[in-house]
Amino acid sequence: MSERRVELEVLRYHPETDAAPRFQRYSVDCREEWVVLDALNHVKETLDPTLSYRWSCHMAVCGSCGMMINGEPRLACKSFLRDYQGVIRVEPLAHFPIERDLVTVIDDFMAKLKRVKPYLIPAQARALEQGEYRQTPAELKRYKQFTLCMNCMLCYAACPEYGLIPKFIGPAAISLAHRYNQDSRDGGRAARQEEIAAAEGVWECSFTGACSEVCPEHVDPAAALQQVKIKSTVDWYLAHLMPWLKK
Amino acid sequence: METVHTDVAILGAGGAGLRAAIALAEADPKLRIALISKVYPMRSHTCAAEGGAAGVIKPDDSLEHHFHDTVAGGDWLSDQDVVEYFIREAPRELVQLEHWGCPWNREPDGSVAVRSFGGMQKQRTWFAADKSGFHILHTLFQTSLKHPSIERFDEFYATELLLDEGRCAGLVAIEMRSGRLVRFDARAVIVAGGGAGRMFPFTTNGAVKTGDGMALAYRAGVPLKDMEFVQYHPTGLPSTGTLLTEACRGEGGVLLNKNGRRFLQDYGMGPETPLGKPVFKTMELGPRDRISQAFWHEQKKGNAVPTQWGDAMLLDMRHLGEKKIDERLPLVRDMSISYMSVDPVTDPVPVRPVVHYMMGGIHTDIRAATPLPGLYAAGECACGSINGANRLGSNSLTELLVFGRRAALSAIEHLQSGAPPASDAALAGGAAAAQARIRELMQRSGGGETVAGLRKEMMQAMEQHAGIYRNGEGLAEACGKLADLRRRYARIELHDRTNVYNTDLLQALELGSMLDCAEAVVASALERRESRGAHQRLDFAARDDAKFLKHSLAWYGGAGAPRIDYAPVSITSSQPGVRDYSGAHA
Amino acid sequence: MSRKPYLREETMRWVFRHPRYLRYMAREFSCLFIGGYGLLMVWGLKRLSEGPAAWRSFLEVLQSPASIAFHVLALGFALYHSVTWFKLTPKALPVQVGGEFLPDGIISGAHYAVWAALSLAVLILAGAF
Repeated sequence: MSERRVELEVLRYHPETDAAPRFQRYSVDCREEWVVLDALNHVKETLDPTLSYRWSCHMAVCGSCGMMINGEPRLACKSFLRDYQGVIRVEPLAHFPIERDLVTVIDDFMAKLKRVKPYLIPAQARALEQGEYRQTPAELKRYKQFTLCMNCMLCYAACPEYGLIPKFIGPAAISLAHRYNQDSRDGGRAARQEEIAAAEGVWECSFTGACSEVCPEHVDPAAALQQVKIKSTVDWYLAHLMPWLKK
Repeated sequence: METVHTDVAILGAGGAGLRAAIALAEADPKLRIALISKVYPMRSHTCAAEGGAAGVIKPDDSLEHHFHDTVAGGDWLSDQDVVEYFIREAPRELVQLEHWGCPWNREPDGSVAVRSFGGMQKQRTWFAADKSGFHILHTLFQTSLKHPSIERFDEFYATELLLDEGRCAGLVAIEMRSGRLVRFDARAVIVAGGGAGRMFPFTTNGAVKTGDGMALAYRAGVPLKDMEFVQYHPTGLPSTGTLLTEACRGEGGVLLNKNGRRFLQDYGMGPETPLGKPVFKTMELGPRDRISQAFWHEQKKGNAVPTQWGDAMLLDMRHLGEKKIDERLPLVRDMSISYMSVDPVTDPVPVRPVVHYMMGGIHTDIRAATPLPGLYAAGECACGSINGANRLGSNSLTELLVFGRRAALSAIEHLQSGAPPASDAALAGGAAAAQARIRELMQRSGGGETVAGLRKEMMQAMEQHAGIYRNGEGLAEACGKLADLRRRYARIELHDRTNVYNTDLLQALELGSMLDCAEAVVASALERRESRGAHQRLDFAARDDAKFLKHSLAWYGGAGAPRIDYAPVSITSSQPGVRDYSGAHA
Repeated sequence: MSRKPYLREETMRWVFRHPRYLRYMAREFSCLFIGGYGLLMVWGLKRLSEGPAAWRSFLEVLQSPASIAFHVLALGFALYHSVTWFKLTPKALPVQVGGEFLPDGIISGAHYAVWAALSLAVLILAGAF
């Protein structure tokens, strides 16, 4: 089994002792097939128990271990050492306040997610006794990719708009709103428009497309946002040019 | 210390905790609900469940079938009245989840699709590709956002339950981001803290699964039931332990030894079934315990496939074709390529049994109630018991829904029973004691023991002595080792004595939970002198219904060893029989 | 209170953090040339309305080396903008036929086809053939 010494440069910040973040270098004996998270765990176990970061599943579904790795937002559990040469620089996700070391404050995202009403608002009420709603595989496919968002927030770290204009609701939250809008069982689009079709919603997006490039689940948030823009635009024209269509 | 006053405190915001919270909020929007979890809800390990959730829905299936599969799968250690309740509620819960938006896979006519799973005689596993747990968790989490009465306390680690006059009346938790302790006064507490697979070195379980909920209840005087039953899932990646769902076999994948033989036929699970045409309840659709045990024997015979990570078998899915694999098992393909550099479309994937699930847990009854008034438990941390000695795949996701809701309803009944409020002095006293214990741990020096060191020794002991096959000698050694580790744990010394997001402290506390759970596992296993389901003793190879058709209860013994006694198994309609996976029934 | 979250403010350096941001800025930058070309057209219309002499002098200005350089640049940016935009159209306008989404190539291809057809129509109207 091949081993390799990896140089990790990790951003450290401790609010109780540090005025500002600083980098700390670790030399770690790693196995070639490891991911960056394994290297961090090795640091924590053998070199420095004070290093703090979040992680859990180690299989890219829980979304805990989003970090900037060599400047790029990535899941540490799916960033293979074999893909890196030289010093690997690990920082907390960009655009979020740093609580400590690699741990960020994500209150902003959690609040925004709630604002966009990311839950089914049934178009037609249905009692449990009536069984499931019918939904064809094609109707499922219409929104399925947007359900895959694990809230890892790499897209927020990649999005320059969010970095510059923090009130932007952002890619993941809008994608999840769009996920429900696209669901054949849902009738809640009007209720969500107030948040997502507003200035702080999709109109803050300038379609950099970085969110989709870094998304580990290929959710394609950029697609969701553009689709919301188009539909909102159509809404506007219908409302202003053909007001009689409005019920 | 700040005090939060709430009606029901829920510990854990995974599937069971979220389901309980929603049930409470729906039942009475005026109830104050505190949902407390050491991680954000969407990080909970429910997200890693892949294959699906069992519930009878198709016309060719029946509740009786589901009942018998579950009871026989559990080697008759399941409480049959609880299983009856469970299978009856299961379809309702899965439909409920559908009404909340869960993206279940569909049949062309728009009805929900089901797939085959091990040990089941019909297709009854609802699924959302191979991310069923992920979708269940996110559907529940997102639905919970609808209810303003659910107040979340994300990244709060509970250190102790607060008791007053023999009732559970709250808890104390550390807010990770600030390090401050918060006291929660609650009229009822629901523990939904998940399993404890991290006590083993090779597990599908995420880092969060350290048995905290189990340990809290255990230390508060509630016994842990059937802890010796630890499920090995047959198909984990040898490199990382990452789970490849049973649905791989449900869809038609087969298991091969190094000679290319489908060896399960040599272990009472034959005759061989045609390739790509899986037959219910036999060969690769046998139950998890039997398949993992068969691998162990193959390994002993030298028939395993050597890999750089140790012995493995091969999971061959090539005949399923790329289209089906991409449609139904996309995560499996992704994981195999990422972590093993093997594409299941073109090559068989090496796999080996890996610790996956705790059948045992907090002793609960059919109402999800523990013997401690005011305390309820649901999900993997609880033992109701529907899973008996071996859980069938796809019953656990349904279980956390059914009993998450049941725990909520029971908690409401408890609130309505008019129990007097707990005494503030008692709660304040308990909270102060909890704070003193944390302070002592934070300030302790000169002990010399480390979290990482003790954790490693614990994992080694568990792997060596509490694995797929066990024996009395090894288990006795493990009991001694665990007792020693718990003594040394009292001398553990933190490197990090600060307040903000102190993961050194968190891991120390988690280690404490795991050590308590691990000791309950090995002590219960040592006393169970028979082989049943996932508990296989080389020195007592047969099932012994005369002596051991009963639940083990491990009672916390403070600094000493746990006390083990037993509780009867509830049998309603199925007398213990032979578990037949020979295909003769087909 | 021990908490003291630290926010690293975003600076303009983000543009250079990854080539994708430079590509994005180039796409955004193209609007200057396309806008400039639009103004030029308006100016041309104005000159046309002022009579044949004004129009001729406008055409002469168009033939200057600076004007040709500007047109080449504007054309380059317009092409870059169009190509990158068409590449993104499958995201913004997915079309589901039966169960499946149409492949990206068909959506962006349709845009190219319409573009070609419109250009052809303009050329025909302008009497190019």
